[in-house]
Amino acid sequence: MLSVQDLHASVDGKEILKGLSLEVPAGEVHAIMGPNGAGKSTLSYVLTGRQGYEVTQGSATLDGEDLLALEPNERAAKGVFLSFQYPLEIPGVPALTFIRTALNAQKKARGEPEVSAPEFLKLARAKAAELRIDFDMLKRALNVGFSGGEKKRMEILQMAMLSPRFLILDETDSGLDIDALRIVADGVNALRSPDRAMLVITHYQRLLDYIKPDRVHVLSAGRIVASGGPELALELEREGYDKYARAAA
Amino acid sequence: MAAVKQTVEHVASLEKYKHGFVTDIEQDFAPKGLNADIVRFISAKKDEPEWMLQWRLDAFERWLALEEPAWAKVSFPRIDYQDSYYYAAPKAKEGPKSLDEVDPDLLETYKKLGIPLKEQEVLAGVQGAPRYAVDAVFDSVSVVTTFKKELAQAGVIFCSMSEAIREHGDLVRRYLGSVVPVSDNYFACLNSAVFSDGSFVYVPPGVRCPMELSTYFRINAENSGQFERTLIVADKGAYVSYLEGCTAPMRDENQLHAAVVELVALDDAEIKYSTVQNWYPGDPETGKGGIYNFVTKRADCRGDRSKVSWTQVETGSSITWKYPSCVLRGNESSGEFYSIAITNGRQQADTGTKMIHLGANTRSRIISKGISAGKSTNTYRGLVSAHPKAKGARNFTQCDSLLIGKSCAAHTVPYIEARNGQAVFEHEATTTRLSEDQLFYAMQRGLSQEEAVQLLVNGFVKDVLQELPMEFAVEAQKLVAISLEGSVG
Repeated sequence: MLSVQDLHASVDGKEILKGLSLEVPAGEVHAIMGPNGAGKSTLSYVLTGRQGYEVTQGSATLDGEDLLALEPNERAAKGVFLSFQYPLEIPGVPALTFIRTALNAQKKARGEPEVSAPEFLKLARAKAAELRIDFDMLKRALNVGFSGGEKKRMEILQMAMLSPRFLILDETDSGLDIDALRIVADGVNALRSPDRAMLVITHYQRLLDYIKPDRVHVLSAGRIVASGGPELALELEREGYDKYARAAA
Repeated sequence: MAAVKQTVEHVASLEKYKHGFVTDIEQDFAPKGLNADIVRFISAKKDEPEWMLQWRLDAFERWLALEEPAWAKVSFPRIDYQDSYYYAAPKAKEGPKSLDEVDPDLLETYKKLGIPLKEQEVLAGVQGAPRYAVDAVFDSVSVVTTFKKELAQAGVIFCSMSEAIREHGDLVRRYLGSVVPVSDNYFACLNSAVFSDGSFVYVPPGVRCPMELSTYFRINAENSGQFERTLIVADKGAYVSYLEGCTAPMRDENQLHAAVVELVALDDAEIKYSTVQNWYPGDPETGKGGIYNFVTKRADCRGDRSKVSWTQVETGSSITWKYPSCVLRGNESSGEFYSIAITNGRQQADTGTKMIHLGANTRSRIISKGISAGKSTNTYRGLVSAHPKAKGARNFTQCDSLLIGKSCAAHTVPYIEARNGQAVFEHEATTTRLSEDQLFYAMQRGLSQEEAVQLLVNGFVKDVLQELPMEFAVEAQKLVAISLEGSVG
C-alpha cells in the first residue's frame, strides 16, 4: 500500500522531514506518535500534496504509484484521504453539496459514473445515522458554527462517504470528549478492511485504546526513530518522548 | 451565407471570450460625431413626435454645459465623444410580423449567445416553451417582440421605447425623465439626447404581470455607443418582474455604454429588476478593448407601501460604474439591492446603490458581494440617507469582499446620512481572502483547483444568487465560474 523512502521535505526553506521511511501494508493501521514539532502534520501534508511543502529528496508511492507527482485532487481520486486536525469552514456551501461535489469529482476522475441524487441522499442518511449526526446538520454550511466534536464527526462522515483506500487521521482525538471519541473511533473502525490502510497521527495513547494499531512509530526531528507493536504506545505514555528526542538529536 | 461563415470563423478564432463574435448585418449609421443635427437625425429615424425631439434637444443643450465626472475609483483614457457613432440600426423591413421574417443572422446570433433561458425556443416558436416574453434589443432596435397578445389581454404594455413613444405617448411623456431627470448626471444627460431604443413596460392597476419579462441587450456595431433607455411603470397594486441580460462581441476599441433605466412603483406596486451583465471585459493583460458600462439606474417608490428590488450580477465590462438606486418616497415603501460584482484581469468596478429614505417607516436592505481577482479593482460605493420626514426609516447593509490572489483590490465606501433621530441604520462589512487552507481542504476531497474556487465563490455569493429568478440563477452561477477561470495559481 503506502511506501515512503528517505523522504526529505522543507517548509519555507527549513527542512522538517529528514529522511523519513515508512511502510504501511494494506489491511494495517499504523500509528505515528511524537512530540510537538516532530513533523507529524508535515508528513500528512506532504502525502496529500499541500502547496508550500517542498519535497527535496525521497519518494512516496501508493501501490507503486508515485504520489508526489500528483495534484492534491488527483491523490484524493486515487483514494488518499486526510482527516484534518482543524477542519475548515466553508461558508455558504451546505455539507451535502460539498460532499456530493467531491464524490462526483473523484468518480469523474476515475472514469466512474456519477452518483445520483437519491442514491447519494440514501447513503448520506445511513452514514449520518451511524455517526449520530442529525441529518439536518448536513443542510447547513459545512463546519460553519459547528463545535469541535461536530467538525471531527463531519470529517469521519466525509471519509465514510468518499470511501478512500488510504486514510490519514491527523490528531483526530483532539477536542473530543470521551463519548464523541467513541463515536468517531467506531466510525473509523467500521472502515477497517483488508484493502485499506490507515495512518493515525496522535500525541496521546488515548485514541489508540479505541483504534487499535498494528504498528506504532515514533517520529522525532523528522525521522522515524523507533517502531514496534501497540506496547510501544503504552511505553511512550509512561515514559514520554524524552529518550527519543535525545536519540534524534 | 458568406456572412454566417465569416461569423463562424470569427467565433472559432476567439478563445478567451466565448461571446465575442460579430454578426454581419447591414448597418444604418448616423454619421460620426455629436451635434444637434445628429439628435434630429435620430429622432427623425424613429419617426418621433415633436415633443420628443424637443426633449432630446433640450437634453443635448444641457449636456454641452456639463462636465464629465471624475469621482469614481476608475481610470480610463479620455473619451472623444465626437469620434463615435450615435445611431446604428439593422435595416428595418417594416418590422417582422412573424419569426420567418426575422433575419436568419439574428436568430443565429441568439443561438451563439448560448441563451439558456429558453428564449431561443420562444423565438423559434417551439411548442411548450416556457412563458417568457422576450423583447430582444438587437443593436439598439427592438426586432422581435413576443407574447404581446397575452400581455395585451392582461393590459400590460411591453414594447420597445420607440414604439411606446409613438403609440403610448401620454404614458411615456408622463413618466420619462421623472425618476432620472434629463440633467441628472453627465451620462444620463447624454443618453437623454441620443438614446436609441430600449424597453417600455406599463402594468395597469391591480395587475400581476402574467410572465417574467426579459430583454437581451447586445452591442453589435463597431464604434456605436449604446444608449438604451428603459422605463418600467407599475401602477397601483401591480407587480412585474423584469430580467435583463447582456453579452457583447469582442472589440478593439472601447465602447461606451450609457444606459438609463427608470422604474416607477405607485401605491402597493412591486417591481423586481434583475440583471446579468457579461460584456466583454477587455484583454486580461492590458484591459484593452473592454466595454465602459456607465449606467444610471434608479427606481422611484412613489406610492405608499411600494417595493422595488434590484438584483445584479456584474461580471463583464472593463469598467462598471453604476448604482441602481431607490428613492423611497412613499410611506412604508421598501427598496432592496442584491449585488454580485466580479472583477478579474484588469477590470474596474465602482458599483453599489443609493437608498434615499424620504417617507415614513421606509425600509431598505443592501446585500453586496464583491469579488476581485487578477489585477482588478472592485469598489462598493453606497449611500443610505434618511430625510427629516423619514421617521422610522430602517436600513440593513451587508458588504462583503472576497479577494482572490495578491494583486487585486477591494474598497468599500459607504455614505450614511441620518437627518432624523428615529432612523435605524445597520452596516456590516467584511473583507476576506480566498484562503489557501480552504482551497487545499476542498482539493484534498477531490476537487480540482478551479472546481474548488467555483464552489467557494458560489458559497460566498449564495445570499444574492437565491434572489435571482430560477432560470437566471443557474446561468449566473455558471457565469461566476467562467469569470474567475484561471484566477488562481
